[in-house]
Amino acid sequence: MAAAVLIKNLRKSYGDVPAVKDISFTVEPGEIFGLLGPNGAGKTTTIRCLCTLAKPDRGKIEVGGISAIASPKAVRQRLGYVAQEVAIDKVLTGRELLKLQAALYHLPKKSIGDRTNQLIEVLGLQDYADKKTGTYSGGIRKRLDLAAGLLHQPEVLVLDEPTVGLDIESRMVVWEFLQALREAGTTVLITSHYLEEIDALADRLAIIDQGVVIAEGTPSELKDKLGGDRITLRIREFTPYEEAEKAKYILESLPFVENVIVNTVQGNSLNLIVTSGQNSLSKIEQSLSEVSLPTFSLAQSRPSLDDVYLAATGKTIMDAQIAASSSRDLKKEKKQQMK
Amino acid sequence: MSQSISSRNIKSALAPNPAVGGQNNESSNSLGDFIQETLALTQRLFIQLQRRPSTLIAGIIQPFMWLVLFGALFSKAPAGLFGSDLSYAKFLAPGVIVFTAFSGALNAGLPVMFDREFGFLNRLLVAPLSSRYSIVAASTIYIIALSFIQTAVIIFASAILGAGLPGIVGLSAIALIVFLIVLGVTALSLGLAFALPGHIELLAVIFVTNLPLLFASTALAPLSFMAGWLQVIASLNPLTYAIEPIRYIYGHGDWAINSIVMNTPWIGFSFGSVILVLLGFDALILLAIQPLLRRRFA
Ligand SMILES: Nc1ncnc2c1ncn2[C@@H]1O[C@H](COP(=O)(O)OP(=O)(O)OP(=O)(O)O)[C@@H](O)[C@H]1O
Ligand SMILES: [Mg+2]
Repeated sequence: MAAAVLIKNLRKSYGDVPAVKDISFTVEPGEIFGLLGPNGAGKTTTIRCLCTLAKPDRGKIEVGGISAIASPKAVRQRLGYVAQEVAIDKVLTGRELLKLQAALYHLPKKSIGDRTNQLIEVLGLQDYADKKTGTYSGGIRKRLDLAAGLLHQPEVLVLDEPTVGLDIESRMVVWEFLQALREAGTTVLITSHYLEEIDALADRLAIIDQGVVIAEGTPSELKDKLGGDRITLRIREFTPYEEAEKAKYILESLPFVENVIVNTVQGNSLNLIVTSGQNSLSKIEQSLSEVSLPTFSLAQSRPSLDDVYLAATGKTIMDAQIAASSSRDLKKEKKQQMK
Repeated sequence: MSQSISSRNIKSALAPNPAVGGQNNESSNSLGDFIQETLALTQRLFIQLQRRPSTLIAGIIQPFMWLVLFGALFSKAPAGLFGSDLSYAKFLAPGVIVFTAFSGALNAGLPVMFDREFGFLNRLLVAPLSSRYSIVAASTIYIIALSFIQTAVIIFASAILGAGLPGIVGLSAIALIVFLIVLGVTALSLGLAFALPGHIELLAVIFVTNLPLLFASTALAPLSFMAGWLQVIASLNPLTYAIEPIRYIYGHGDWAINSIVMNTPWIGFSFGSVILVLLGFDALILLAIQPLLRRRFA
């Protein structure tokens, strides 16, 4: 059976900005596949190329074995696309928008009414369907967009950061819905920069950073491969840098400590990787007190997806997120995207 | 979030179904698909019009003002100045009909440009449209309908202002000519909406073409009034090819397909050949915008 989505050596630049440098991954039929990466990693660009909205500079894109570059129309029929920013016509009602979309996907005329009703019901939009979409809240808009993406019963539903800007409750609704969708047999490709989202939902994932894939696998595979436990240590609430460096020097000499990083973004806290199964916490506390350094807080955890990212890039996703958001010119990008 | 997602029937509602939309017999019913998508897109435009009717109201008031103001401007012109047996009201009506239809069509690309800027166009571009000409077709149908309403108002108002009323065949011929000019100009405007970077640029193009094309046509004054160089431009202007036959219909009850309706500095054009010129104009533009419609953005 052909892969639901196959992307191989994808490259796409905007002018001289390489948005996607070299991305490859495979989505198997029936799974939820997550594309995890900080702002500006190239998630949307990858999705735009997949959904035939942008033309890749190079690389292979296939949906169910059909090339998106050679047969864009056949690929459009097989994909449902829920964009990062919901675009609705404020003057239309939800139902009118769904009917328009149904016609654009050539649903048989007789079945359009029933099919629209069915999705309105499944997405709990009964109270909103006949109101103008301009009056909808963010969560309702997203649900309408989900309904629109599923009208033609696509083999693969592609969602670009579907829960950004949603409240917790709406986010849970979307998560549950995507799980139900997988139960029903639809393949789901979702992008996100929320670790928890991908961790909770995805059967498999690829982590991308600056236009390249840095890891691919199931969440537990990726974490296990990393090995060891994570420890976050704060000497004081706000530790002076010299003190953190001193502690780092001391801790690095302990036999079970594999790696120590001073996290300057988080008040000079220390991130340690230690061999699992040791009584590490008390040993750390003890060796610090020997050189009369206090311990403000100390926490141990299994590796998370963030640690996978940290190990590959030397920074956490949160840090990358902050760095990226200060260096992007969104207006200019919007302009570029239109070209 | 008062209602949550229902789990009833959820499985059958959400299961993928490759047969939907006839993707397995892709080319079998592409005309039916084209009609379906065109009608749906047209319907959207009419719903928008119905809920925001100000465009229609302005579109009716504006040509009415043209008629009254220009009519008053030249009301003391010597009789016979605009051709024997042609009052200025009669002379003006065809110009206003064509110019009104032309302006409407020239603006057709704006909603598409805004759709592009708001991301709504992406909905159409990721859908398996049988052809993106359905976007052109829907806009054309919409503008045609508006233009016909406007034309009817202009013809009626001109009749009151003393221009008389063409016969039923004449009215049908006018409808055909309005259709031909709207088709070409709408297609051109949509091509620009796909090609230009944003609505500012599109507005700039509309701004610099609209009035100059009016003055470089025979809408307000006959060719014989113009400087030689402007006569040349006006004789190449598609608007002139739409205005002159309508003017002929207004001036002559006994026109026929081979009546010479238009005299350029070089040759005269019969009614039939003017229609051919307009058809050629449409064909040229529809062909020229094809690569733009195929385009994937960025
Ligand atoms: N239209 C564009 N013109 C110029 N540069 C662009 C354009 N779109 C994206 N970029 C750049 O390409 C890179 C990848 O952008 P992309 O939108 O694909 O990232 P993303 O992973 O979707 O980010 P986010 O989480 O913010 O949505 C960024 O550095 C961005 O600045
Ligand atoms: Mg994005």
